[in-house]
Amino acid sequence: MNAAPLAKMGLITMEVNLILAGLIGFGFGFMLERAGFGSAHRLVGQWYMRDWSVFKVMFTGVVTALFGVLILDGLGLMSFEALYLNKTYWGAQIIGGLVMGAGFVIGGYCPGTSFVALASGKLDALFYILGMSFGVLVFSEGWDYFETLQNLGSSGRLTLDEWLGLNPWLIAVVLLLVAVIGYRLTTALENKLKQ
Amino acid sequence: MMSMEVLEKTMNGMTASENEHEVKRQPYWPNWAAGVGLGLILLAAFYIAGRGLGGSGALSRATGVVLHTVMTEHAESLDYFSRYYRGEYWMNDWLVFQMIGVFLGGLFGALTAGRFGKSVDKGESITNSQRFWYAFLGGGLMGWGARLARGCTSGQALSGGATLAAGSWAFMLALFLGGFATAYFIRGMWK
Repeated sequence: MNAAPLAKMGLITMEVNLILAGLIGFGFGFMLERAGFGSAHRLVGQWYMRDWSVFKVMFTGVVTALFGVLILDGLGLMSFEALYLNKTYWGAQIIGGLVMGAGFVIGGYCPGTSFVALASGKLDALFYILGMSFGVLVFSEGWDYFETLQNLGSSGRLTLDEWLGLNPWLIAVVLLLVAVIGYRLTTALENKLKQ
Repeated sequence: MMSMEVLEKTMNGMTASENEHEVKRQPYWPNWAAGVGLGLILLAAFYIAGRGLGGSGALSRATGVVLHTVMTEHAESLDYFSRYYRGEYWMNDWLVFQMIGVFLGGLFGALTAGRFGKSVDKGESITNSQRFWYAFLGGGLMGWGARLARGCTSGQALSGGATLAAGSWAFMLALFLGGFATAYFIRGMWK
């Protein structure tokens, strides 16, 4: 019998879940700060290929958590199936991703990192956050126009292993290799640029 | 935008180094260490709440609640917004608590590493007020896009990536492509 996710198995109350949300957020914010992601300069360096920290930290994080999920699921300690899974809307996610990539370079942050930047005293992050709020408003006001776009390419609950017909462990190992090779290559590229 | 001009006057000539906190500046963690740390935090979120992290959900809720408070009728006429001001949508509250934590964790991190100080993070060729407008514009694109894609770098790329959600991987590729493509056209901004 899986004991986790704790909240979904009814093992912790909503109040405890919310307090833990604050603690998890604290850890998240702290890690983002230590990664150097409170700095727009460092984040933007990714898009000019000077600094590959965004790629390296993000990919390392994804692979770490993925292996954690697979191991806990394999040991019967947590159910992978019970985890919330983002539904796939190919069109909405690709168009949204492209627009957000542009927003990342122009604005200098992504949503999570902008709060860390604000907490570090960056005044520009405040304007970024106000802008995000404005963007959400525009989306809500124009919902009639954007609803079709938001449902574009709907494929429901779909994982990479289902889509490719492969074992999730195999995908995890391939992603680990991509992470290790990508990490080394991009670090070499950074060092070359510094010379 | 008078307030912005006032703000700019106070900011002009001010550099990060003049506002350094007394704590000696610590280096950033190596990418792998911060990445593993981030992955473990994400795993804790899965284990405890059954879902990953979010960067834009809390702000959407805050925007919804504020609009519903100041313009109740108008907010209620917007179909999409109801999910963000209604109380029973508990996930939003989880993200709000998480986001308060992110701010405090970021503050703690900056203070203990000697990186806390009032500054404007911008390229040398643009003014502070230009930077503020670009930040607003970039944030606007990010906020709009995050609602279209149903999540941002945290909710889609990190959390969706680690649960192998197919569309989240498409999102991640698109985000990098969009970033690289845009960077070329605005390369003067960050010099």
